[in-house]
Amino acid sequence: MNRRRAFTVAGQAVGGIAGAIIVLPAVGFALAPIFEKPKELWESVGLTSRFTDTTYKPVVFTIVEGIGEAGKTTAFVRRGSEKYDENPNSFVAISTRCAHLGCPVNYVSAAESFVCPCHGGVYDFQGKVIGGPPVRPLDRFQTRVERGQVQIGPRYSVTSQLQPVRARDPGEFTGGVWNYIYPPRPDTAPAP
Amino acid sequence: MKFPDVLIPPPLKKPQKPGTNGGNGANGGTPTDRAKEAPADLVGWLDERTGATSFLTGMLYRKVPKGTNWFYTLGSATLFAFVVQAVTGVFLAMYYDPSPTQAYGSVTHLTNDVFLGEFVRGMHKWGASVMIILIYLHMARTFVFGAYKYPRELNWIIGVTLLILTMVMGFTGYLLPFDQRSFWATVVGVNINGTGPFIGPYLSDFLRAGADFNAVTLSRFYAIHMLLIPGLLIALIGAHLYLVVKLGTTAPPWMHPKRNRAIAKEERV
Repeated sequence: MNRRRAFTVAGQAVGGIAGAIIVLPAVGFALAPIFEKPKELWESVGLTSRFTDTTYKPVVFTIVEGIGEAGKTTAFVRRGSEKYDENPNSFVAISTRCAHLGCPVNYVSAAESFVCPCHGGVYDFQGKVIGGPPVRPLDRFQTRVERGQVQIGPRYSVTSQLQPVRARDPGEFTGGVWNYIYPPRPDTAPAP
Repeated sequence: MKFPDVLIPPPLKKPQKPGTNGGNGANGGTPTDRAKEAPADLVGWLDERTGATSFLTGMLYRKVPKGTNWFYTLGSATLFAFVVQAVTGVFLAMYYDPSPTQAYGSVTHLTNDVFLGEFVRGMHKWGASVMIILIYLHMARTFVFGAYKYPRELNWIIGVTLLILTMVMGFTGYLLPFDQRSFWATVVGVNINGTGPFIGPYLSDFLRAGADFNAVTLSRFYAIHMLLIPGLLIALIGAHLYLVVKLGTTAPPWMHPKRNRAIAKEERV
């Protein structure tokens, strides 16, 4: 290596380091939210006596703070039913986000099923897919009882056998190899 | 390359050499004559220091093949649509507020209360669709005329990148009015993006700046829409135009050279 070449390499190295010092923090700044641990929000949605095990009641609560109405979502809540091997003192909160692409589903009590208005996804009483394009059952929210009030916590997804997994976005399959093809994200709460 | 003298406007002509008795009466003439020469002097002053004349004449008076027709204006039309989007977008940004609680209100305010607001917003909204349509027509012209072939493959690749970036502009801009339609369309769009295997979920989180739509999602879309993508678009449009000027345009496929017997024989071999 001659003198000219050594100076060229050194000059480019210094330029590259200077560029990296500027670019890398900026990229990290933009990507940081992907790795941020979420704050767990628990919100009371009514007395335990308000809910039965035969039908769902809609409740509205906040999942993202600080953005007003856009941060609220709706869930359908019922008491656990022995018919489905559930603890009668527990509560089931079904998310209204369709597992196809995230449109809001509605509970139709006459048909005992959830229906999505966008592309015709249909789910049974437990939220399992019985028709249309959705790729997995409806998501759920963690629930607990505090001083006679039902409280709703972080969202989680379920497999087709209703096994809880970490929250996925609509459109992503769950269970088996799909848990690796659509990996869990660090900014979601762990599955219960 | 020498162009016919009549094509070049007088102020852009090369100044006479000193000492020759040209029409460039800087040293004499009446004051009115000298005043008449002022614009030419100014242009000459700029040209001497920038070399703009040779660049502009080379670009604007370049030769085009026989058979060039109206279909060849679709690229310029797309560029014009982009300029309209850029100008109206800059003015919309003067009234728009990208916070989740204020965005919808600021859009209704600029549409209903600001002088000509509905017109400027309408230009931006409908111009977006016009730009996409023009891009596809331009792309179809390039494809049907075979203008993507050697040596213009790189320009086709740049053009496809421009198409994708314009689509990203449409996607990020759709959220900004922040009404029910734009909110839910964005929810669906981000979820479609999340169905890409392995990196899809992370890309969705990057777009939303988190696992759910949150306080900084709208400003993130706004920054992508008005700073990140336009910067890339302008740079790539520059490269696209540079290659058009450098390589020239193609003749339409029906304008082929006359074949004589010797050429036909050569082609068979």
